[in-house]
Amino acid sequence: VLHATRPLHTTQQCLAPVPPLPEKGGEVRHGLIPEEFFQFLYPKTGVTGPYMLGTGLLLYLLSKEIYVINHETVASFCILSVIIYAVKKYGADVAAFADKLNEEKVAKALAVKNEAIKDLETAIEQEKKEQWRVEGRSYLFDAKRNNIAMLLEANYRERLLTVYSEVKKRLDYQVAMQNLKRRKEQDHMIQWVENSVVQSITPQQQKESIAKCILDLKALSKSVQAAV
Amino acid sequence: VCAAVLLKDMKLMDVKLGQLPSWVAMRDFTPGGIVGAMRRGYDRYYNKYINVKKGGLAGLSMVLAGYVVVSYIWSYSHI
Repeated sequence: VLHATRPLHTTQQCLAPVPPLPEKGGEVRHGLIPEEFFQFLYPKTGVTGPYMLGTGLLLYLLSKEIYVINHETVASFCILSVIIYAVKKYGADVAAFADKLNEEKVAKALAVKNEAIKDLETAIEQEKKEQWRVEGRSYLFDAKRNNIAMLLEANYRERLLTVYSEVKKRLDYQVAMQNLKRRKEQDHMIQWVENSVVQSITPQQQKESIAKCILDLKALSKSVQAAV
Repeated sequence: VCAAVLLKDMKLMDVKLGQLPSWVAMRDFTPGGIVGAMRRGYDRYYNKYINVKKGGLAGLSMVLAGYVVVSYIWSYSHI
């Protein structure tokens, strides 16, 4: 629950993007005194003012023994000279090394940022491709609909064929039954007629018919001989 | 018509020499105020001399020189 009584984003301040670090630090002369001090004294005393001030201050401290010269002075003098010599000789190299380390850090961060940007860009392109694909929906559905229609048609025709073949089988059966019955009746009748005829042929009739056949054959043979 | 800035809001460099005691008296001397002042001073020094891309030895050496001077002042009576 957001309590709307507290106003948000009222100031112009914005933390992002973070302003870059300044290139160089404040100017410091001789490693000890900031440049602002010299600029502060310049209008009144010119260029040599601060140095005169420094010399006067030093002589005052020495003469009034506010700064006491003892063994520590000698030690500090030796240590400071060694330090200054080391800084003057190796300062540039150390600075270059530190700069290189910094560069690597910055390069790594930049690499991460670029990676992230690239990934997001590829994601955007893929999203656009998906959006383009969505336009093809209608074709996809038409194809699917065609497929289904074809399936239905094929199924319907299969069933039609089944129905046809079943009905034909039954009708064939009926036809075959009728044929069989008629043939059996015919055979039976023929058999019966033959049997009765054979039974009715008496031996006398047989002789008569054979003699008639012979006479017929003779007549036929005479006519055939004439034709040839 | 110039808008007069309140004494207590003026920066130290703009305060005239005669107004200095009253300016100092107007500062915030509560513990929170003192801590805030130290934090501000630290932040100013840090952002000017150390939190930069190419810092030098000066940022560190000024702190050490200040430390040397302060420790000399504290041990002056023992010399």
